[in-house]
Amino acid sequence: MSVLSAASVGVFLSWGVFGIQVGNLIVILVMLVLFLLALVLPFPRGRRGR
Amino acid sequence: MTTADTPVQPDLGGEPAPIPTVQVEDVLEHDRSWTGRARRLLLERLPADKLLPNEQPSYVASWIYVFGMGAIASLVFVIASGLVLALNGPAWYHLSALGHFINSTHLWSVELFFLFMVIHLWGKFWMAAWRGNRVLTWISGVVSFAVSIVAAFTGYLVQTNFDGQWIAFEAKDALNATGIGAWFNVADFGQMFMWHITLLPIAVGAIVALHVVLVRMHGVVPPLESAETDAQLLPELLVEATTNGDSR
Repeated sequence: MSVLSAASVGVFLSWGVFGIQVGNLIVILVMLVLFLLALVLPFPRGRRGR
Repeated sequence: MTTADTPVQPDLGGEPAPIPTVQVEDVLEHDRSWTGRARRLLLERLPADKLLPNEQPSYVASWIYVFGMGAIASLVFVIASGLVLALNGPAWYHLSALGHFINSTHLWSVELFFLFMVIHLWGKFWMAAWRGNRVLTWISGVVSFAVSIVAAFTGYLVQTNFDGQWIAFEAKDALNATGIGAWFNVADFGQMFMWHITLLPIAVGAIVALHVVLVRMHGVVPPLESAETDAQLLPELLVEATTNGDSR
């Protein structure tokens, strides 16, 4: 039943005392990658770029 | 005064009495009412070219400056999908395919909202975005982050499924330990639902609007290495730079 499946806890990764859900880890990694790319990628210049 | 500007008087047989002419600007300039004072203050602090600028300084052409607007775009999706959920109710969004999809877009847009907001926060933290009288802009951003967390939390509480129930009963002990549980009762679905669909959206919307207005008033913060070019945004620095013959 879909309503019940929404309550699943997901997959957890554990290293000693530290544990994190895979979904949360993916979101954090995506944020870090986007942050780094935003610092290094050139911004496209539009028609009105100065 | 030209002839065309002279008020026309009916011919009553005598010398026409002059009608005093009053300039609208004079009235507004000396209007002591609260609306007059508020108008002058707003026009002084937030003139139209600052409120709706058609250009930004060159340093804004960087990807790190787009995440604030990304968060706002996500917030628009959060509110729009939430309105659709409110119109149709839990039976629709739990049991129909379209309802499931809209329910999911509500969650996905919240995740994007936080994702963009956190990257925006990192970018602004590492460029010390509170520089140049922008402390209130920084603080309003922090407050909007905090209030958004409460809004998201109440959203998880009102999923109307076992997940929401489990989260409420896990959270109640922590909140009771702080003492706030006596008033902010996470096990009270009605209270959490009202907070989620009325109070918190209004609070987040108002704080984000204030944050954007403050950004408009003080301008987008320049990168650390080009702090001296903040003259583009701060009039007193511009005057100083012009006086010193600095054309940067």
